[in-house]
Amino acid sequence: MKKNLAIVAAATILLVGCTPTETDATPTLVLVTHDSFALSEGTLEKFTEQTGIEVEVQAGGDAGELANKLVLTKDSPLGDVVFGIDNTFASRVTGADVLLPYVSGDVTDAEAAYLLPDGSGGEYLTPIDSGDVCINIDHAWFAERGIAEPRSLDDLVKPEYKDLLVVEAANSSSPGLAFLLATIVANDEAGEDVWQQYWQGLIENGVKIAASWSDAYYVDFSGPSSEGDRPLVVSYASSPPFEPAGATGVMLDSCFRQTEYAGVIAGTKYEAEAKQLVDFLFSPTVQNDIPENMYVYPVNSKATLPEGWDQYPVPENPYSIDPAEIDANREEWLAVWSAIAQP
Amino acid sequence: MAGGVVRYRTALAALVPLAFVGIFFAWPVANMIGLGFADGLGGFAEVFARPRTGRIIALTIGQAALATVICVALGLPIAHVLYRLRFRGQRLLRALVIVPFVMPTVVVGIAFRTLFRGTPLDGSFLAILLALVFFNVAVVVRTVGSSWEALDPRQEEAAAALGASPVRVFVTVTLRRLLPSLVSAASVVFLFCSTAFGVVLVLGGTMFGTIETEIWLLTTQFLDLRAASVLSVTQLVVVVALLAIAARARGRSLAQKRAARPRPIRRADAPAITLTLLTAVALMAPIATLVLRSLQVDGQLSLHNYAALGTTGSRNALVVPVWVALGNSLAMAAAATGIAVAIGLLASILLSRTPRSAWGRRALEVFDGVLMLPLGVSAVTVGFGFLITLNTPPFDLRSSVVLVPIAQALIALPLVVRSVLPVLRSVDSRMRESAAVLGASPLRVLATVDLGLARRPILAATGFAFAVALGEFGATTFLSRASQPTLPVVIYRLIGVPGGDNFGMALAASVVLAAVTVAVIASVERLHSNAVGAF
Repeated sequence: MKKNLAIVAAATILLVGCTPTETDATPTLVLVTHDSFALSEGTLEKFTEQTGIEVEVQAGGDAGELANKLVLTKDSPLGDVVFGIDNTFASRVTGADVLLPYVSGDVTDAEAAYLLPDGSGGEYLTPIDSGDVCINIDHAWFAERGIAEPRSLDDLVKPEYKDLLVVEAANSSSPGLAFLLATIVANDEAGEDVWQQYWQGLIENGVKIAASWSDAYYVDFSGPSSEGDRPLVVSYASSPPFEPAGATGVMLDSCFRQTEYAGVIAGTKYEAEAKQLVDFLFSPTVQNDIPENMYVYPVNSKATLPEGWDQYPVPENPYSIDPAEIDANREEWLAVWSAIAQP
Repeated sequence: MAGGVVRYRTALAALVPLAFVGIFFAWPVANMIGLGFADGLGGFAEVFARPRTGRIIALTIGQAALATVICVALGLPIAHVLYRLRFRGQRLLRALVIVPFVMPTVVVGIAFRTLFRGTPLDGSFLAILLALVFFNVAVVVRTVGSSWEALDPRQEEAAAALGASPVRVFVTVTLRRLLPSLVSAASVVFLFCSTAFGVVLVLGGTMFGTIETEIWLLTTQFLDLRAASVLSVTQLVVVVALLAIAARARGRSLAQKRAARPRPIRRADAPAITLTLLTAVALMAPIATLVLRSLQVDGQLSLHNYAALGTTGSRNALVVPVWVALGNSLAMAAAATGIAVAIGLLASILLSRTPRSAWGRRALEVFDGVLMLPLGVSAVTVGFGFLITLNTPPFDLRSSVVLVPIAQALIALPLVVRSVLPVLRSVDSRMRESAAVLGASPLRVLATVDLGLARRPILAATGFAFAVALGEFGATTFLSRASQPTLPVVIYRLIGVPGGDNFGMALAASVVLAAVTVAVIASVERLHSNAVGAF
């Protein structure tokens, strides 16, 4: 009888030992991200080699959809780690208990500028990459006509730059929203509602509003890879490196910085492993791989940039706003903007 | 007793399509809408008080109605030419007409804007209408064409012999018998147009916001589920009202005994042929723009963009080469077609029956309407609904690859039903009775009489379902896994990533998508014409 019990007990232990638990030898982490996520083949595999942890990527939707997916599924999370929450959506996620408080311990003072303020996600999100949304200039267009290129946002409402700018709609495009935010911050000192007058000026000066980035860049912009007739377009600071050398450039006084973050999703069964993955995303292995795959800059100061990237100036003082302020005002700003730009 | 068994079996068979639509559509949508009404129904008063709301609803209905009218007006003569006449190259033309239907909206949007740039059309309401017609005219041509093809021409001949003018023959004899399929096609087009998303956004900006673009904005950007739910309910009300009107207008088609043989071209066909050619040219203009641009690299004619399809794009834009994505697309579309055709046939057979009780007839009408709903509800609502609903066993499917064909099948299902049902309904019940009297079992009657007569529409529907699944983007991008992207998802990605070959590759990949669609539809058409020999 005793022997039987022992066998049952042993079998039970074996069975329990076999069922996947939190201490399972090789867990698979699900990395939830947006549809622009990309890394070279073999990069995530290095994480598996180092730790024995497998990673499955679930990508879909834009940054806004990603944030809302997390909020809506917080009772049955989609995965263990999220990458791709940006500063325009950060406070929506961090205000909704969908993340565990964790910031990679590898972040040093050199990257502190990228950290979000406490209360706006600072406790939950580790910065991974950063890129600037700026007005791109078709140099040849201005050179051919002997017109000086615009240098500041204020230039864009001057008559000599009439009908030259194409932007994306702030309510259907993420660079479009970034440019709206840049104009709001830029005009903030002059008074709370001055940005609205500024947009009125842009409209009177013939700004074209396209629905999406691809639309603006490939249809309306006059640059080498486009067929349009407008020499100024809202795009990324990383767009000029993809055109023939020196053909286009960036108007440095028009940039809004978008930083993307990673975090551990609350409800994960593999908290320790998830934190390791966040650390890995911040490590030079991934950081060095980011520019060529996602066309943005790594935030880690130890990362090295690909050849040629240092020829292009990085805006030193891009515009930025506290994510909490963005989230609090997003609907109102967009409603006001829409009333001015899309009457 | 036997009647009881039949009724029991019928109810059981109805369960399959109902369960499919219930689990993968109604349940997720109800959950998502319910989330918006968690704090009560106060949202209605608030949302309807916004001046924007009325404008959006009016614009949605207006643009969908206008586009539907244009599609029917253009589609009818084209259906006549492509399905009633006989000429060389007809099969290819039938396949070509469907190409716009599968083109990725993001690519077509760019093609249209390139054509319209610098004209007053750019960003106008008319541009949206033209694009909606571009995408949907195939629905009318194929749905109406495949039932026109099955019309017995002797009635027209009799009317003409009795002295009726051609116009009179057309209106009183032909049109009357085409009405069921015409209304079917029109309601499908209306649903597609009222939920159009990419086209409206790209060509009109958010200036011409529709219910669909507004739900997208409220759900994905503002997370304002209260207002989104109010608009989802509004969308449902509009759709249900439309379906009720359509069901009434559609009526029941008249019995058919013999299918027509296509006839050679006559002089009287000249206007219809001219219109068909003009429409074909108009449909092909944006596509020709794409083909030309895909063959250009730095102003030189080159196949470079096509050669690049074997790669993952400049700077690793893609996870897999474009050809692999095409393979994924074909596999998923095949699975989706299988699901849609199997469930659609089952549903169509049931719907073609005439129950004796008024209650039974009413139940069938509701059943019919339910199957159409997936076309009329926002993809965003369905997509987010999936995420918050299909998260517990046995439906823990959120990360499963089967969700993609299921979502595609939901959209193809109404097209299958609307193509097959009018023909099944027109089967003379006396033929079934004769077969039964001669000793055929109910299953044999079904296989030889019903399915025998509906063979051509079933094949047409299969090709159409495949095309829909192949081109589907909205739900697929939301659900597909990063490692197994479909061709439209890859095209979208290529176009969103600047630099190098990516834009050219996106255009080349779109041309490949169109070519594959033509090939698939043309081979279905070949089966189709072989099938004629069977009876």
